[in-house]
Amino acid sequence: MELTRRDTMAIGGAAALTAILPSLSSAAIPVNELIMGVTGGVDAASKGISLTAPEIAENGNTVPISIDAPGAVAITVMAAGNPRPAVATFNFGGGSASQSATTRIRLAGTQDVVAVAEMADGSFATAHQTVKVTIGGCGG
Amino acid sequence: MLSRRDFLQVGMATTAVYGSSGFGNFSKLAAQQKLKQEDLLEFDTYGNISLIHVTDIHGQLKPIYFREPEINLGVGSALGQVPHITGANFRKMYGINDGSPSHYALTHNDFSALAQQYGRVGGLDRVATVIKAIRADRPDAILLDGGDTWHGSYTCHHSQGQDMVNVMNALKTEAMTFHWEFTLGSDRVHEIIDTLPFPALGQNIFDAEWDEPADYFEPYTFFERGGSKIAVIGQAFPYMPIANPGWMFPEYSFGIRDENMQEMVNEVRGLGADLVVVLSHNGFDVDKKMASIVSGIDIILSGHTHDALPEPVLINETVIVASGSNGKFVSRVDLDVRNGKMMGFKHKLIPIFSDVIAPDPDIATLIDEERAPYKSQLSEVIGQSQSLLYRRGNFNGTWDDLICQAMIEEREADISMSPGVRWGPSILPGQDITREDIWNVTSMSYGKVYRTEMTGEFLHVILEDVADNLFNPDPYYQQGGDMVRIGGMGYRIDINKSQGSRISDLTLLKTGERIDPSKNYIVAGWASVNEGTEGPQIWDLVENYIRRNGSVKINPNNSVNVIGA
Repeated sequence: MELTRRDTMAIGGAAALTAILPSLSSAAIPVNELIMGVTGGVDAASKGISLTAPEIAENGNTVPISIDAPGAVAITVMAAGNPRPAVATFNFGGGSASQSATTRIRLAGTQDVVAVAEMADGSFATAHQTVKVTIGGCGG
Repeated sequence: MLSRRDFLQVGMATTAVYGSSGFGNFSKLAAQQKLKQEDLLEFDTYGNISLIHVTDIHGQLKPIYFREPEINLGVGSALGQVPHITGANFRKMYGINDGSPSHYALTHNDFSALAQQYGRVGGLDRVATVIKAIRADRPDAILLDGGDTWHGSYTCHHSQGQDMVNVMNALKTEAMTFHWEFTLGSDRVHEIIDTLPFPALGQNIFDAEWDEPADYFEPYTFFERGGSKIAVIGQAFPYMPIANPGWMFPEYSFGIRDENMQEMVNEVRGLGADLVVVLSHNGFDVDKKMASIVSGIDIILSGHTHDALPEPVLINETVIVASGSNGKFVSRVDLDVRNGKMMGFKHKLIPIFSDVIAPDPDIATLIDEERAPYKSQLSEVIGQSQSLLYRRGNFNGTWDDLICQAMIEEREADISMSPGVRWGPSILPGQDITREDIWNVTSMSYGKVYRTEMTGEFLHVILEDVADNLFNPDPYYQQGGDMVRIGGMGYRIDINKSQGSRISDLTLLKTGERIDPSKNYIVAGWASVNEGTEGPQIWDLVENYIRRNGSVKINPNNSVNVIGA
C-alpha cells in the first residue's frame, strides 16, 4: 500500500490517481492482545528476546527484521497492522545452535512488529517495535 | 560567552574532563571596527589532538548570505533544548550581545541590517585560510567532512560534483561521510570514490540485497596522531532512500543501525583506539539519542540538520559538536587524550566572516578555475528582490514562498508543494537575483516540476506524513528536514498531537473555502522521489517567473497556523 502512496504522491503529469488511499486512522490490533493470543493469557517478560527492525522502512513491501531469543523453543512474529497479523512462527529443535532468525516481511503501513518467544521452561518473552511506512520526507 | 564558559567543567563518570568552548567575545571588537582575522582564529592550542569539522557545505564555494531559522520547534524531550532555541532566547542562553557578530552569525533577527554591516559568510577559500591556520598550530590536525558536499550549486550540478571534489581534495580532507552525494547516482558516486585520496565512511551503508556492509564504504578508519590512536566511524544519512530517490542508488540500504554502531565502537576499542570519533550525518536530535544508547563514543561531529551551536552538547560521556552549513562555520576541537581516555576538550565554532578572513590564494585560484567555464551563465542577472529571501524555518521561508507562487502561476495549479530542505543561501532586499542564486536554492538531480490532481484527503495524508517526519517525539523517526512548503493552501498544525491528528483546517487560499476531502485539486510540485517524473526543471520555471516579474516582493505568509509551539 505504501508503495502506491509514494507512487501517487509524486506522479508526473500523466499518471492517474487511482490509488487506494490509506486511512488517517489505523485499525491495528493492540499489541498486548496479540501477545496474549500467543501466550494464552500468560504475561511475557520484556527481557530475553531482541527484535531488530528499521525505524522507518525503506520499502514496506520487504522490511528486513531479525529476532534472537537464546533458549527459545519457538518465536512467533506478528504485524499488528496487517490485514492478517500472523507473519511466521520459527520452531527451534534441541540441536539448534542459536535461536535466531532473519527474514523480510511486508507491512501494509506504519505499525508495530511484535515478536513472542516461548522458552523451554514454558515462560514467554516479548519485544515489539514501531516500523514507520512513509511517503517520504524532504531530507535536509 | 568565552569568559562565562571558559574552563567549563564537565563531570564524567570515570574522570573529570575539562572542556571549554567559545565563539569569542567579538562584540566589543566589532563596535570598534576592529574585528580581525586573528580574533576569529584565536585559540590556545590544547592537548595532543585537533579535529577540524566541516559539514553540509552544499556546493557553496563562494561567500554567501545565510539566515539561520526563526522557527525550529522541538517536541518531546527536545522541547526547549538546543538546537530548538532561536533568536533572542538563543542569544540570551549563550550570552551573545544584540547587534554583535555572533548575533548576525547565529540568529535570524535584524538579518538584513546586520548583513549590510558584517557582509557575506563562508567561501571555501576563507575556510582554507582557517584550516591552514589550525594546521600551523597543529600540523597533524584531522580535517573531516560530514557530507552534503557534492550538491547544491550550478557548478556542482554541471560538473556532477567534481568542482567540490577538487576543492575538498585540495583542502586535504582526510575522511568523509554522505547524504546528497548519492543523488548523483551510485555509478557517479563509485566513480568519484575510486579517485578519492581519503576513505569514504559509513557503518550504516549496507548492500540492499544482502543486508551486509557495502563494499565501497568503510565503516571506520584509524589515524595515529599526537601519540594516540584515533578511530573515526562514519554514519551516513539514515533515511536516504526515503527522503531522496532510492531508485538512483538501488544497491544501497541505510538506517540508523545503532546495534552495528555499538559493534563498531567495540571493535575499534578492541583494536586499540584511544579516542572514538563518529563523523555523523544523522541530524542533531538523532545523534543525541544515539549517544544515549551507544556507549564508548567520545565525540560526535554532527551534521544534516544544519545547526550551528557555539558550545558542544554532552550526552553522558559523549561530546556532540554541530558545525552549521553552507560553508558558514568551521569547528575546531582540541582534545587531550591520554592512556586510552579523553581527558578534556577545547572547542570553538569559527564563523567564516568573508570580509574579515582573507581568502587563501591557492584555493581562490582553484575555485575560480572551477567556475570559469560557467561564468557567463552564473552571473546573468534574472531580476531583483525587494524582500529578504531565505529558506530556513520549520513551515515556510520567503524563498519557498516565491518558488511556490512561481509553480502556481507557471503550471496553472491550485496548490503547490516545495520540499522542506534546509540548504540554500539568502538574498538581501534590493539585491540582484542571478542564475547562480536560483540554482543555489533549487539545484538537484530530480528537480522536475510535476503537475497532477490530488484529492483533498490525499493532500491531508501528505501533510500528516511529512509532519510526523519532523514532529515525531522519538528522534529516530525523524528525517531531519522541515515541513513541506505549501503554496495556495493554508492549514492548522498541532505539533504535539500524533500522526493523523496534527493537521486540520485545510483551506484553499484563492477562494477561502475548506479543502473537500473527496474533491480533486491541481497540484504542482518538485523534487519528487519517483522515477519518471515529467515537467520543466524547477530552476528554469523559477527563472521564467522572476524574469517575467522583474522585481519580486514576498508578502508575509500567515497561511500556517501553528499550535503547541
